[in-house]
Amino acid sequence: MAQFELEVNGETHRLDVPGEMPVLWALRDVLGLIGTKFGCGIAQCGACTVHLDGVAARACVLSVAGAAGKAITTIEGLGNGTRLHPVQRAWIDLDVAQCGYCQSGQIMSAAALLADNPAPTDADIDAAMVGNYCRCGTYNRIRAAIHSAAVQMSGDEASAGLFYDAAREVRT
Amino acid sequence: MSRVHDETFRALQADVAELGMNRRGFFKLAAVVGGGLVLGTRLTTAAETDADGSGGQLNTFVHIASDGTITIYAPRPEMGQGIKTALPMIIAEELGARWEDVNVVTAPVDSASFGGQGAGGSTTIPREWNRMRQLGASAREMLIDAGATVMELPRDELVAADSTVRHGSGRFMTFGQLAGLAAKQSVPDPDGLVFKSRDEYTILGKSMTGVDNLEIATGAALFGIDTRLPNMLYAAYQKCPAIGGRIRSANVEEIKTLPGVVDAFVLRGNDDPRQLLDGVAVVGTSTWAVFEARKRLQIEWDERRASKDSWAQIKARAESLYGQRGRDVTLDKGNVDDVFRDNKNTTLAAFYEYPFVAHLCMEPMNCTAHYRRGERSKDSIELWLPHQFPGSSIPLLSREFNVAEERITVHQTRMGGSFGRRVFSEYVLEAVTISERVNAPVKLTWSREDDMRHDFFRVGGFQSIKGAVDPSGKLVAFENHFVGMQTGGRPVSGSSFGPKQFPLQNLDDGFVSRTMFGINTPCGPWRAPGSNTNAFVVQSFLSEMAHVAGRDYVEFLLEILGEPRWFEPANVQSLNTGRAADVIRLAAEKSGWGREMPVGSGLGLAFYFCHAAHVAEVAEVSVDANKKLTVHRVTAAVDVGPIVNMSGALSQVEGSIIDGLSTMVGQKITMEEGRVQQTNFHQYPVLRMPAAPPVDVHFIQSDYTPTGLGEPALPPLAPAVGNAIFAATGERVRKMPLTELGFSV
Ligand code: FES
Ligand code: FES
Repeated sequence: MAQFELEVNGETHRLDVPGEMPVLWALRDVLGLIGTKFGCGIAQCGACTVHLDGVAARACVLSVAGAAGKAITTIEGLGNGTRLHPVQRAWIDLDVAQCGYCQSGQIMSAAALLADNPAPTDADIDAAMVGNYCRCGTYNRIRAAIHSAAVQMSGDEASAGLFYDAAREVRT
Repeated sequence: MSRVHDETFRALQADVAELGMNRRGFFKLAAVVGGGLVLGTRLTTAAETDADGSGGQLNTFVHIASDGTITIYAPRPEMGQGIKTALPMIIAEELGARWEDVNVVTAPVDSASFGGQGAGGSTTIPREWNRMRQLGASAREMLIDAGATVMELPRDELVAADSTVRHGSGRFMTFGQLAGLAAKQSVPDPDGLVFKSRDEYTILGKSMTGVDNLEIATGAALFGIDTRLPNMLYAAYQKCPAIGGRIRSANVEEIKTLPGVVDAFVLRGNDDPRQLLDGVAVVGTSTWAVFEARKRLQIEWDERRASKDSWAQIKARAESLYGQRGRDVTLDKGNVDDVFRDNKNTTLAAFYEYPFVAHLCMEPMNCTAHYRRGERSKDSIELWLPHQFPGSSIPLLSREFNVAEERITVHQTRMGGSFGRRVFSEYVLEAVTISERVNAPVKLTWSREDDMRHDFFRVGGFQSIKGAVDPSGKLVAFENHFVGMQTGGRPVSGSSFGPKQFPLQNLDDGFVSRTMFGINTPCGPWRAPGSNTNAFVVQSFLSEMAHVAGRDYVEFLLEILGEPRWFEPANVQSLNTGRAADVIRLAAEKSGWGREMPVGSGLGLAFYFCHAAHVAEVAEVSVDANKKLTVHRVTAAVDVGPIVNMSGALSQVEGSIIDGLSTMVGQKITMEEGRVQQTNFHQYPVLRMPAAPPVDVHFIQSDYTPTGLGEPALPPLAPAVGNAIFAATGERVRKMPLTELGFSV
């Protein structure tokens, strides 16, 4: 065992764990930050996505030793403490989640995309989100929520939320 | 472990029995045992004014505080189907509440207070529709009684709306002001309650966002796997890769010395995969510590009684049966042989195949258990459990561990998907057995590899189909030789082709025979069991028949359906050909059925009836020279009666379509020597965002009893896509997954 300093959501934690322990398990089992999810353990599903120095990373294959000295952001730290991140807001308003289990990873990937590319095209979204699997099939709402958050973040809030029209034609 | 049998099915039975409970029965029960706001406790009366006299409990499910907060219990487990939002919406509607005032709380597992607490088979909405309306309407009447007393106005001039009781004069009082007094009113006769009509709805049929959305979007603890307890240990459980193998020996002493490992030991099971199989438990200080330690396990397995199943052998045997009839005849109606022999008719035969598939819930199987030793054998058990029938663990554990049912507490958690997987309880028995052994709270987490290899799979199978059309192009005979799987002499879940399968009821001449292969690979319900494969075979084959007859498929199907009729009037579980024809016409209209398509593109339609739902879907696809498939759009027309939550209903249909496509394109579980050969996502391709088509959903709403939408929109997807591929390329899709036919997405 060695001591590692891990900066998570702006706080520095001193951890007594083997350096090869994946950040996923350090977050969940040591620090109690259970928002980051376990889905596969082999970087194939995206459920464990966090930001490492602002870039989306799969925490299940990122070692504590490798993350030491870098800033980790998890779903718990995505908002600014008093306000939700616009991506979280869009996810809630557009009712993206079904079971919800993949969604913290989806939100982290989406937030990293928008930090980098404030007005992504559908192709940009495809490229950024291809590693995040959703078993429940919420992809269309995820896409709509990313577009909606992009509009909110650009300040044009009036048109945010218009991308997903839940009230499609219903005959009675 | 041998005393435990079929817990799941008992739970299902209990749930069905609850359906038969008459409405008076429910209210009597509520009056006796009641419910409470404080989780885990059982209050002594149903309706009761709060101790400070301000608010009140109006019945087991509804509490209104003096500040106007309406708390409604969500009784049944949430796995992504939206039930935690939908059931409280039904109560709130009849109550006359404003949805913004409602706070939804997961009910404790307590069937004496809350009735059946399982979820499966898309049955929750139809089972709870009347009961939830009664609960809301009953509380509403009590509020109106209180309002009439306080405002000194005639009761029949008052209505409840917007969380108030109001009079035509404009006078009103809020629910919060009236709740304390309302709880003292007598509970109305449930048979006298009048429900709102659909045009009066202010909540039902609208889009309400999920009640856990904030928690999901911020990573709050909701799922079973998120459970954390003081002094909790973490566990992994290694079972034999050949299902059902026993343990001869294992290097547990060496494992115990590894970093982070607290204990390691062999558990002896009872050879029943639904209960406890032999395995090695590794217990430690983190999930990672036990996952790492198990990599060092050296186990000598005794595979004499283990599964020897081989997909390659199953497939070869099934193919050798092509063109023959099975010895076991399950339907012989009219005389198909005469129809087939009549050379004025045109006959066609085809052989269809579909594989085993896994559930692949995003949240792997897990259970947190705390077995506490008590004085004089008064042990107790507490569980934090993601399960479709969380209460079914109570009798199971009571028998197994000889602990009284009152000393077993189950906390139901949100599930990260289930799709039929979490009706089984082997992971519960594993966790409790390990907790008892180490005398500490334990969270057992399965690795993805455990989850994929030790699933209860959607069963694979084969169907040898034959049909005939008469000279006018009308379908006149249908025959199926169903090659399915059984375990212990009984067909496994989903491995059957019943006499009510479309189009057997609609024809004079039909014949079904079957051949069942014995297998030991565990199988279980998987999203629309049976329907998810039978729809593929039947709707693909009927489209083939239409083509042979030179007919348009929509017209061909509508002709088979004939005049509108309901096979068993008033039984929504039976086919209603009028509703069927309506969804087929609507899907055709909305998708632009019949339009000219560019070369390499095509439309395919399929209809299916299951779970009391009539659903038709049209897929629009294109296929390039390298057989790369693009699904451009799927249009769905759905009749499930009235819609409870529009947003949730749309999600279920979209999700079912994406799930159906994901499964159809690339998923296949195989086994050799009893070992499941796929272990994780790299060997089991799933549909990713770039390949997900837009989905266009149209509901036909009606006053039929509503049904659930977790399943019925999935079955038509595969045949719709297969039929579209044929339209685009001329190649018939008679086998899943598509990757085996050279397609990619
Ligand atoms: S758990 Fe990390 S990508 Fe699946
Ligand atoms: S919402 Fe269930 S896995 Fe994505």
